[in-house]
Amino acid sequence: MRNIWVIARREYKLYFATPAAYLVAFMLLLILGVIFYANIINAQLQQVAPGVEVVLGPMVTLLLFATPAITMHLIAEEQRMGTIELLLTAPVRDYELVIGKWLGGFLFLLTILAVTWVYPIILNLIVDPGIDQGPLVSGYFGVVLICSALVAIGVAVSTLFSNQIAAFFATLGVFLLLWLIGLPSQALGAFGGDLVGYLDFSEHFFSTFYRGVIDLSDIVYYLSITGLGLFLGSLFVETRRWR
Amino acid sequence: MIQVEGLTKDYGPRRAIDNLHFHAEKGEILGFLGPNGAGKTTTMRILTGYMPPTSGSARIAGFDVVADSLEVRKRVGYMPETVPLYPDMTVFEYLKYMADLRHLPEADDRVDDALEVVHMDDRSESFIASLSKGMRQRVGLAQALLHEPEVLILDEPTIGLDPAQIREVRNLITTIGEERTVLLSTHILSEAQQVCDRVLIINKGRIVAEDTPERLQSRLTGAKRIALRVRGDGEGLETMLQKVPGVMRVVKVGDGGVEFETAPGQDTRPEVARTVISGGYDLLEMRSVGLSLEEIFLELTRDEPAPPEMADKEAMILEEAVNSEDIEE
Repeated sequence: MRNIWVIARREYKLYFATPAAYLVAFMLLLILGVIFYANIINAQLQQVAPGVEVVLGPMVTLLLFATPAITMHLIAEEQRMGTIELLLTAPVRDYELVIGKWLGGFLFLLTILAVTWVYPIILNLIVDPGIDQGPLVSGYFGVVLICSALVAIGVAVSTLFSNQIAAFFATLGVFLLLWLIGLPSQALGAFGGDLVGYLDFSEHFFSTFYRGVIDLSDIVYYLSITGLGLFLGSLFVETRRWR
Repeated sequence: MIQVEGLTKDYGPRRAIDNLHFHAEKGEILGFLGPNGAGKTTTMRILTGYMPPTSGSARIAGFDVVADSLEVRKRVGYMPETVPLYPDMTVFEYLKYMADLRHLPEADDRVDDALEVVHMDDRSESFIASLSKGMRQRVGLAQALLHEPEVLILDEPTIGLDPAQIREVRNLITTIGEERTVLLSTHILSEAQQVCDRVLIINKGRIVAEDTPERLQSRLTGAKRIALRVRGDGEGLETMLQKVPGVMRVVKVGDGGVEFETAPGQDTRPEVARTVISGGYDLLEMRSVGLSLEEIFLELTRDEPAPPEMADKEAMILEEAVNSEDIEE
């Protein structure tokens, strides 16, 4: 356990020393801010009170692109620099390494999420009776679970590469696949339609957390993806030794 | 302290090391000598728990490198050949990180101690990216020494250093080796000769010789090399000498000089002398020339026999070429 924390702490600190991480955080917050502004203007024109979904909707989509940029280097860079040899010959278990990397990336993403709290706060000030607190809490809870799952996938993919850019695109590919896998569920019907519907990444968020509902099956879904990502990541590190 | 039995490792169809047997005791500096690609790094990676062997076993301080990998890794200090470091950390941060991963109590003090041993205590706040090759090498060594390991495994510890730094690192290894077991690899013979208590010569994944540097030299001089000086035209002499039983690899050295080797355990000198005289030459000098470890090494690791002089030059050029490639990696 202690090793996990040592590794996570280094990774977390490293983000604050690398311009790329600032850039990702800056872009995420900037685009989110622009969309937020546009949504507010739009709501004003249509004479409706904007809810927290004007922040949550775009944020989840943006995370699909921001997370690979945050996770791409985690293990790929160690493999490129050869420092993986230090970690794999130190008394650290393979899963401790993978979980430590995941935790570092996850905590950094949570830090960015904490900054996005300014938008609901602004929203609460400009909407007259204040915004509905239910979707705010459930929505952010859902986003935290999504981040956990996305970072876990990102770490697992990162173990397969020694080139960050390759890791970025491969991670993004996996995300988009999970994001869109539910689309043909209607067409498939009885032939596995329910299955692909269940696997859909967005479905577990937009039909529940987004609307202020917390459903245990969604929590289980995101935690399972997290667990699977970490398990596969550890497996990939282990098999790397045998190559 | 180190016990290796039947160690074999295949990379796909290629066999990197083949049935290695060796051991090292406490307080011994064991040298791993061989050309690049001989299997030195592979062996070290198996011993440090980085990768498992295909077959065979290795034990360090009584722990199996596969079954008790973590126990082995706790007891081993390892400096990989490429000396991987994190360029975006300071020397202190890096060593502190490695110390924390090993759960060392009073990690800060340990880091300071290790830096003092490698004479880097004044650069602890420098970023690793700003350090010279020699300094990085020393930081790598400090990392391997942090937890005062029972076994120190150093892969090409002096590669890419300038002569003064090489001397310093060698002295350091000698000091460390008084109390700990050190396994170091090198492709420089003089280094093995100076630093090691015992040398393993490895080529194409097999151990071809194992002994102290001195004994290795004397053992191989069983195959004696003899130099002749004659007066007269030396043209036909080479072919005549080749016909003498037990004489091998005859080479002409300058005007009137010939060098040849004799098969181990055979004294060819009387027969050679008779041949020279009956061939109409005056025999001026006959003396045996000891094979240096460098020649032994070339001898042992050479594939097909070639004239010794040419082989020397070839090997030197080859070695240089391979070295520069290594550094780039």
